[in-house]
Amino acid sequence: MKFFFFHLMPYADLDLSYRDKHNSAWVTLPNKYYDPKKGAQLYNRYLDEMEYAEELGFDGLCVNEHHQTAYGLMPIPGVMAGALSRRTHKAKIAILGRALPLLNNPLTVAEEFAMLDNITSGRFIAGFVRGIGAEYHAWGANPALSHARFHEAHDLIIRAWTETGPFAFEGEHYHFDYVNLWPRPYQEPHPPIWVPSQGSTETIEWAADPSRKYTYLQTFSPVAAMERFMTMYRDKAESYGYQATSDQLGWAVPIFVGEDDASAVEEARPHIENFYNWFLRMPPEMLLPPGYLSLPSIKGVMKSKKAITGGYQTIESLMEKGMFLCGSAESVRQQIEHYQSKTRFGYILPMMQFATLPADTTRRSMKRFAENVMPQLRVQQQGA
Amino acid sequence: MVDFEHTTERVAGCGISVRQGGEGPPLLFLHGAGGGSEWLPFMSELARRYTVIVPEHPGFGDSESPGWLREVGDLAYFYLDFLEQRGLRDVHLVGASLGGWIAAELAVRNQHHLRTLTLVNSAGIHVKGLPRKGDIFLWSREEKTRRLYHDAGMAEAALAVPLEGEAMDRQLKNALTTALLAWQPRLYNPQLIKWLHRITVPTLVLWGAEDQVIPAAYGEQFAQRIPNARLVNFEACGHLPQVECAERFVSALGEFFEEVGP
Repeated sequence: MKFFFFHLMPYADLDLSYRDKHNSAWVTLPNKYYDPKKGAQLYNRYLDEMEYAEELGFDGLCVNEHHQTAYGLMPIPGVMAGALSRRTHKAKIAILGRALPLLNNPLTVAEEFAMLDNITSGRFIAGFVRGIGAEYHAWGANPALSHARFHEAHDLIIRAWTETGPFAFEGEHYHFDYVNLWPRPYQEPHPPIWVPSQGSTETIEWAADPSRKYTYLQTFSPVAAMERFMTMYRDKAESYGYQATSDQLGWAVPIFVGEDDASAVEEARPHIENFYNWFLRMPPEMLLPPGYLSLPSIKGVMKSKKAITGGYQTIESLMEKGMFLCGSAESVRQQIEHYQSKTRFGYILPMMQFATLPADTTRRSMKRFAENVMPQLRVQQQGA
Repeated sequence: MVDFEHTTERVAGCGISVRQGGEGPPLLFLHGAGGGSEWLPFMSELARRYTVIVPEHPGFGDSESPGWLREVGDLAYFYLDFLEQRGLRDVHLVGASLGGWIAAELAVRNQHHLRTLTLVNSAGIHVKGLPRKGDIFLWSREEKTRRLYHDAGMAEAALAVPLEGEAMDRQLKNALTTALLAWQPRLYNPQLIKWLHRITVPTLVLWGAEDQVIPAAYGEQFAQRIPNARLVNFEACGHLPQVECAERFVSALGEFFEEVGP
């Protein structure tokens, strides 16, 4: 198993009394809630945490893209990846990912990722997503074209990375007379591609296709969903006539490691509850604009509408659903082992800073994880 | 109540559902974002003197969703094909909200088939400094319904009807096509306003004065920019005058058509 340290870089200083006046931490939450003096400190603190993760032996460092929200302060995640590329030397750097349908020119991402791949001499991992529903409000991108633009932008980027230019690209949504990428990517034929998702049949069928075999990442979901979708991926691969490897499956999950189970829960409680209840907060119309999900998928979601709009989520309910791993190093290790034995994912992406979790607490948890969870799991993996 | 027939017909490679009733000069009604799956009392009333034709737009209700549909201009050309295919002339074209936008796009392109044009609380244009209030794509069903009607009682009555089964399927499909056509820029085509002067058929602009989706100031804009246009505001009425004040709506149309003559 490989360990990739995942950061959202939230606005941890968010005044949570926002919830008395606003129904979302996204898009419509006025940016007067953002104080640049505090933001400057947070950005540097978070980059320090990511560099510390490399020092602790994490195999990779992951950033991602969100717009107009306190949930994550990386509208242009390439800035963070660029900063990390010169201060780290061993760890992979992954952008998980860029939301392709938002782009009017997908070649900007082909270029940016190729630059990162060159600067890091091939330590780069490319993530492609559709973005969550709120981004379509924030960027004015048409959600009804989300799937079509994702696929076309993806195809254009892959061609730009792998075909000798210049060539013309004639698509439904994108048209270019000259596609001729300088620089070409460092890795051959191109950087590994990861596809983070909350789970959908369409995405899994697409990612598992033998022409792609992209690594599928299940993000911030109940373990039941994680198990279901990873099994779906493996079954899909089998139906395509090959065996999926562990490298094709990863799990992104918030994790906190404390001294012991009881104190871990008490330390993490306000912060993980802030994360799921107040930083991720948005009305269903913002989360699921028309077209973001296919009609059959949206009908399924509406049937289980409570899953989105249910009440306050406590740390106990989050831990029970496996949406948060928390406890002593021993407990966290056992949980990961347990889930890993069921689904055989090859990557785990712990998000070890979440919402309001302070710097010193974050570092202590990271250290315990790196010293008392990772080595044992690595050894077992090698033995297995 | 004048009865109607529900048929399907194929235009520009797309099967659409059409409701039609009455006799007399043709009146083509283009529905708004909420869809056109119901034969409403105002249609029945108009059908006493006109042949009222109510298609469901491609991508809405029981009509197919064609691959070629990308913008409102596509629907303008589609309805030009529709009028041509049926050989219709001297048509009273009436469009409400999104349907008004389609009607205006059609009229700036080609008025060959038209006797008159009526725009009802129409989408389609934007004027700097004249903001719309709120965002239809961020409103919940409850909020949207309350904002569509001025009369709170009518909103509550609409909300009391549960949204489920086929009605839910239609609503999801209509919302998807509305987003495809109107998401960005929200509810308008920046190019349309430049060409409204090309509309020369007698034009009536009807507006529920208390509209919370597209404010009444937009009625004035359409009326000013279309040469032969007259504006009628309905006091104490919201975005859907054809429903909320159907009687006043039908008489305003009747008077207008009388005045214009055959």
